[in-house]
Amino acid sequence: MIALSGVTKRYPGGFEALKQATLAVAEGEMVCLLGHSGAGKSTLLKLIAGIERPTRGTVVVNGQNVGTLRARAIPYLRRNFGLVFQDHKLLFDRSVFDNVMLPLNILGYDRREAARRVRAALDKVGLLAHEKAMPITMSGGEQQRLCIARAIVHRPSILLADEPTGNLDAAYAAEIGELFRSFNQVGATVVIATHDTQLVDNLAPRLVVLASGRIGAEPADAA
Amino acid sequence: MKVWLGQQARAFGGICARLARFPLSTLFNVAVLGIALALPAALYVGLVNLQRAAGAATPEPQLSVFLARDASRADVKEVESRLGKHAAVVAVRYVSREQAFEEMKRATGMAGLAEGLGGNPLPDAFVVDARDTDPGALERLRAEIAGWPKVAFVQLDTEWAQRLDAVLRLGRVAVLLLATLLAFALVAVTFNTIRLQILTQRDEIEIATLIGATPGFIRRPFLYYGTLLGLLGGLAGCALVWVVVTVLNAALIDLSYLYGARWELRYLNAADAASVLLFAAGLGWLGAWLSVARHIAESRSR
Repeated sequence: MIALSGVTKRYPGGFEALKQATLAVAEGEMVCLLGHSGAGKSTLLKLIAGIERPTRGTVVVNGQNVGTLRARAIPYLRRNFGLVFQDHKLLFDRSVFDNVMLPLNILGYDRREAARRVRAALDKVGLLAHEKAMPITMSGGEQQRLCIARAIVHRPSILLADEPTGNLDAAYAAEIGELFRSFNQVGATVVIATHDTQLVDNLAPRLVVLASGRIGAEPADAA
Repeated sequence: MKVWLGQQARAFGGICARLARFPLSTLFNVAVLGIALALPAALYVGLVNLQRAAGAATPEPQLSVFLARDASRADVKEVESRLGKHAAVVAVRYVSREQAFEEMKRATGMAGLAEGLGGNPLPDAFVVDARDTDPGALERLRAEIAGWPKVAFVQLDTEWAQRLDAVLRLGRVAVLLLATLLAFALVAVTFNTIRLQILTQRDEIEIATLIGATPGFIRRPFLYYGTLLGLLGGLAGCALVWVVVTVLNAALIDLSYLYGARWELRYLNAADAASVLLFAAGLGWLGAWLSVARHIAESRSR
């Protein structure tokens, strides 16, 4: 489903965020990219989503070579993904409901069907009661869950999450971990970049360790 | 198709809501566009009215053909028959030099002068009614007759009409130049307005792009915005012209009353108004398109 081979990403200025990274993620798998900040986790996710292009090597998603994809094909690639951003990237001038509606608007869903799905997604993350609220009035944990609701509302086959429990306390983090697990259980491929070992302990996924741009040995015993 | 229509409707609805949410800035934008459009439109209406007035005032197109002093009776007959047979000539009236001299003597104040001349200085002449009123055709006819033997001089009695026509032509060029200039202004205004709008919605554009929006999806609301601005500006321009003509007409009624006539300026007709609207909407669209294209190119290169 996702295959990176020999991927190097060098940013302008010469910094190499990833060095010769090779990784394969099968369909329906849950993978955690573990590493300190600056280890290249975000870069790896960005390469998969076609937000960055590899300097060397190939990134293949669903049989498509992301690195050489034409600009006009990128939007259609991205529709396979649900993206959970470290900084949430919510629209603060829109209500909770409209924030989650955005992906469905882009896909051109029928209004009634879209509203149904938005409520289902909000219900799943426990924010249904807040649908008319503005994101600015919500706590960090609620904003994070809102971001997850937006990522899953169009039922993507791949969920990419960058530090989803970034600045949350343990209780919230566990809650969000459960969300990912349930999403993975219905068949979605989930890739989570995190440095939160507690989350990893809860989820017991396949672990991929990143250290200064290199993919290290995968610990045999994750739990 | 249904999806496409739904997305169009949603983009359009969103823009209408946005315009209504900021009525003051919408009003000012529309006013700027309206004034920019009203200038050439008003000039155009002025020209149309001038042309109409000129058309009403032009008498039958006449040429005076003066023969050479030494033209004989036979020469006169020759010229008369040639004029009579000419396709562009409706009627020919012969004015002999004696007849013209008598008329001159009869004219008040000229009697003494005629006595003092000690002979008849006038040539034989024809007054020719031409079929065509078009200044160009008249001029060609004049030149042709002037080239005939024994014809000394041909005067076009509608020379002033020709001059007016030249002035009107100049006016049309001026309208065209002004319109071109203001078309640039219109594109620039929408470009900047949309650019500002894009900057306030930069996050939204970024996020939408990240979660799979096509450039078309990003562009759509802004294209509607630009087109709608242009259209509203066009309406404002037409309204301005209407107001100007109405005010001038009120003043003209008093003036024309003094002259015992009824003068009235014509308004912009439906076809012209429609083309102003279409033109404005098109330019608004263009400005928006350029603005979004620039933003997309910028964010890609980043």
